[in-house]
Amino acid sequence: MSLEQLTYLFVVGSFVIYIAIAFWSRASSTREFYVAGGGVTPLANGMATAADWMSAASFISLAGIVSFAGYDASGYIMGWTGGYVLLALLLAPYLRKFGKFTIPDFVGDRYYSNLARVVAVVCVMFISFTYISGQMRGTGIVFSRFLQVEIDTGIMIGMAVVFVYAVLGGMKGITYTQVAQYCVMIFAFTVPALFLTFSMTGHLLPQTGLGATLDNGLPVLDHLDGLVTELGFASFTEGSKSKIDMFFITAALMFGTAGLPHVIVRFFTVPRVRDARISAAWALVFIAVLYSTIPAVAAFGRINLIETVNGVDNMGTPYEEMPQWFKKWENAGLIAWYDHNADGRTQYAAGDAFTGRQHKPIYWGAAEDEVARNFYSNQRHVVNPSSGEFDPKVQPFANEIYVDPDIMVLANPEIAGLPNWVIALIAAGAMAAALSTAAGLLLVIATSVSHDLLKKTIRPQITDRQELLAARLAAMVAVLIAGYLGMHPPDYVAAVVALAFGLACASFFPVIIMGIFYQRMNKYGAISGMLVGLISTLCYIVYFKFMGGEPQDWLLGISPEGFGAVGMVLNFIVAYLVAHLTPEPPKHIQQIVQNIRVPGNSGSAYY
Amino acid sequence: MKQNTKAAEQYWRRNLQIIFSYLIIWFVVSFGCGIVFVDELNHFNMFGFKLGYWFANQGSILVFCLLTIGYAVRMSRLDSEFDVHE
Repeated sequence: MSLEQLTYLFVVGSFVIYIAIAFWSRASSTREFYVAGGGVTPLANGMATAADWMSAASFISLAGIVSFAGYDASGYIMGWTGGYVLLALLLAPYLRKFGKFTIPDFVGDRYYSNLARVVAVVCVMFISFTYISGQMRGTGIVFSRFLQVEIDTGIMIGMAVVFVYAVLGGMKGITYTQVAQYCVMIFAFTVPALFLTFSMTGHLLPQTGLGATLDNGLPVLDHLDGLVTELGFASFTEGSKSKIDMFFITAALMFGTAGLPHVIVRFFTVPRVRDARISAAWALVFIAVLYSTIPAVAAFGRINLIETVNGVDNMGTPYEEMPQWFKKWENAGLIAWYDHNADGRTQYAAGDAFTGRQHKPIYWGAAEDEVARNFYSNQRHVVNPSSGEFDPKVQPFANEIYVDPDIMVLANPEIAGLPNWVIALIAAGAMAAALSTAAGLLLVIATSVSHDLLKKTIRPQITDRQELLAARLAAMVAVLIAGYLGMHPPDYVAAVVALAFGLACASFFPVIIMGIFYQRMNKYGAISGMLVGLISTLCYIVYFKFMGGEPQDWLLGISPEGFGAVGMVLNFIVAYLVAHLTPEPPKHIQQIVQNIRVPGNSGSAYY
Repeated sequence: MKQNTKAAEQYWRRNLQIIFSYLIIWFVVSFGCGIVFVDELNHFNMFGFKLGYWFANQGSILVFCLLTIGYAVRMSRLDSEFDVHE
């Protein structure tokens, strides 16, 4: 079978499985729709949480980012795993004991205020829509790269699939679908990584292979450090970001992770408080399988790229001798080459080969136009080459290559020379990563509308059946909006994601923590804290990301990505001060706080 | 009822002690070893890794896993001890 047929087979096959699972476990009550009936085992919930959490970005992009940023990207690795320690220790068990459906539920009840509930709903919506548009975009990109389908068509197919299984199955359906998706995703990510590690180092595990010694007697990382510094890049294992910035970025990602609504809600689905702790541990273990593999994939990928492009003698490789995958991804626009020194060889070094805002190549003419290619001595014709100047003291030649970071995962199996079925698997894995996260977010949005807004605020008298219908309708509308946002992504996708994490970190995390650990916290403190955290973070990020603020004006050198952590601290301080100047919360609220601290009767007490 | 509240308070205090000690470890491996003292630790080499880099990219994840597993086990035991398990 050809690669394309195999890819279709895997992708369509996995879709059929997801929909079948959703049909078999479809929800018939709001409790099943919102929290899967509260009967998910810790192991299954751990897997589902891992799939829910690991998005298209984790699967496709993160290894590439680590590959090019080296140590500077460790904030992502530590932040996106360390958040689970906070979840397991500080949030999951108590929210499970509280026993409601959503975060706004907790905020609204604990702070006895519908205003607090509505502020929470607004935050949930904003965070979730920001995130889900990225996932829909991710599905479209996977389709376009592997199956030569237009991105928009791919998004529509993705919408249709998510629509069927999320609207039909609710939380119950997506939980078991996510279990299947985790398996597909982790298999697709680790198999190429294992092969790659084995072929380069003889080690079986990527985690130990990264420390292995290569044929030339150097450890992998020392070899890589040598390669990149020779080419004028910063060292791979040492950072160029300031420590304080690293510190705050990592903190914002960690606390933001712990405050993400679609992750927190997963812990409402297990039967008991101890299951919430156990499933948080499982979730982290399952996530760690992927995250601890990423640095190895990143390092090996970078070494492979450099040695392939620059050749063994480090003089560049004649274009005719470049492997097949280079041209394939060149045609897809993920790699580009401009022969600055006109020697017919590809050369990769520090600096930008192309100009423009993102230094991406802008092509002239179709990818398959072989005549044009021959005319320009094998290059695709680009209209924005850079000047090609370089400092001979720091690097041997000018950079002629543009590489999209995503290539590190997408092309890995081909670079490692793996069979076609492994390459086809990557497509199914990437799709699983995008769809599982999209479905989780979709559900959070639907629940916020039907439960927090409709049932709890606007029309408390509706029946369970009506609420369920409302939830399904809300999910439908949300799919359409998400699809639209995916087709017309906001200009700065990455900046918007920073915003989602920053807001989760500055709003939800403090408000929930204080709700559990500080009995004296009242609604005045919580609301003013949330608003201060939200507004300060929002202003900082908007000013520096969208209104042209310059990095030298950063407060204490903290980049917008890390400012959520500052917003969080402000939230804590303001909430504490205001709570002390206003009356303490009513007795029955203090009773709730004492009640959630101790397990026991976490089952039906509240329903 | 009175006794119950007392037991609950004691349970909560023990829980807070456990959380606090675990979070210290969490902070030390990630923010401490992975960021603040990374340059100092990078002078040491372990199994082909610079130690600081290893903590930031591998070690912290490993310790995080151990912490969450440890907490789940430890708290299950505490639940039984105070007879609040379900």
